[in-house]
Amino acid sequence: MINCFKEKIGEVLLPGDVFTFEPPAPETNLKPEKVVCGPGLRRDGDDVRVCKCGVLRHKTPNVFWIDSQQKRYVPVKGETVIGVVTAKSGDIFKVDVGGSELASLSYLAFEGATKRNRPNVQVGDLVFAQFIIANKDMEPELVCIDSCGRANGMGVFGEGGFLFRVSLGLVRRLLAPQSEIVADLSGLFPCELVVGMNGRVWVKAKSTQQTLILANLLESSENMTATQRQALFRRVADGAL
Amino acid sequence: MDLKVHEASPATREFGCEQNLLSRPDGSASFIQGNTNVLAAVYGPAEVKVSKEIYDRATLEVLIQPKVGLPGVRERAREQCVRETCEAALLSSLHPRSSLTLILQEIHDDGSLLACCLNAACMALMDAGLPMSCLFCGITCVINMDGQIIIDPTLQQEKDSRALMTFAIDSIDKRVMMSSTKGSISVQELQEAIALSQRASERIFQFYRSSVCRRYSKTAAN
Repeated sequence: MINCFKEKIGEVLLPGDVFTFEPPAPETNLKPEKVVCGPGLRRDGDDVRVCKCGVLRHKTPNVFWIDSQQKRYVPVKGETVIGVVTAKSGDIFKVDVGGSELASLSYLAFEGATKRNRPNVQVGDLVFAQFIIANKDMEPELVCIDSCGRANGMGVFGEGGFLFRVSLGLVRRLLAPQSEIVADLSGLFPCELVVGMNGRVWVKAKSTQQTLILANLLESSENMTATQRQALFRRVADGAL
Repeated sequence: MDLKVHEASPATREFGCEQNLLSRPDGSASFIQGNTNVLAAVYGPAEVKVSKEIYDRATLEVLIQPKVGLPGVRERAREQCVRETCEAALLSSLHPRSSLTLILQEIHDDGSLLACCLNAACMALMDAGLPMSCLFCGITCVINMDGQIIIDPTLQQEKDSRALMTFAIDSIDKRVMMSSTKGSISVQELQEAIALSQRASERIFQFYRSSVCRRYSKTAAN
């Protein structure tokens, strides 16, 4: 059954493409195989249908998903995102994460926050938080602490840097374990970089000019191949500064 | 009228498309059939006004802007056709209480405008990454005064015809999702036209596949 997936790994698939599985012949004692279908693949009775266009990717042993390019973010539980606080109403903050609804962030969901000791969050602040509730039927909820109660890098940030938007594909490439783009960027000049999975990236370097250069480089590296990108970074490292 | 249907292979004009050409919408595409050119942009899933929200599905709005003047009744009729087709193809139950907005701008009309709008809409929805159960394409046929069925007519051929039909065909079973007809046609002519459209749609779906493959070829290599 996995074979019909494995044939198509790395191929571009369109919505409407179907993977049908024949039931194994009763003589062969094949163990039923489990396949985990990720984003872009949906089960429809006994078939698996493709519902987004993109490249079929595979992670051993049995995870398959469609890698598609998108600009619009849809909240998913567990993802860390950069949000902008838009309103304070009573005990919760309303945060814009770029999805179809504003997410809510309770004031107690910060490290060391109690009813007496409220966190210092104003309207317009940037927060780095993760989703604890994110499904299509409910309003998404964010928290700035992990399951142990520690901040772990999350919370309010953003003094003096620059926030901009990129596509979700580029963000996933930046957050990949050995990301080439981040490695190339760290060779240029020292900077702080916060990447949210909702397509928002925040950079801060020593001067405004360097910050803007970094922002432009990241935005343009979306459509470049690795060699073009490295050539551009080398030109900036030598020429511009 | 004596019916003469030529079993010629469904010949369409040259088509071309470009995806992701606008920076602000979540998905955009431009589709060209001969000289007819339509630009489509999709925004969504985004916030929806409480008066328009549907509790279990996404709210789809289609806006067609003509090249000259304000949208009128003709555009509203076309919007209705495009909206019915898109709602059938999209998995809108995955985004309840959200809005999807599809804006189609007519750049040039040289015949088969509704079909071109449908094709541009499908490519823009794919570009935006909205989940769809199938793809769709639009084909226009006319029956001219000799009884001949012509696929993908130009504006002049449309004016000289006695009947004009547009069909939306789905990609899985090649069934008709939407039909819009003008003029008088016999049942047999209609069935012949549907058969010819289904054959012509193969070519359009192959074109979708090759243009999406070309688009992903750069990132697949990364």
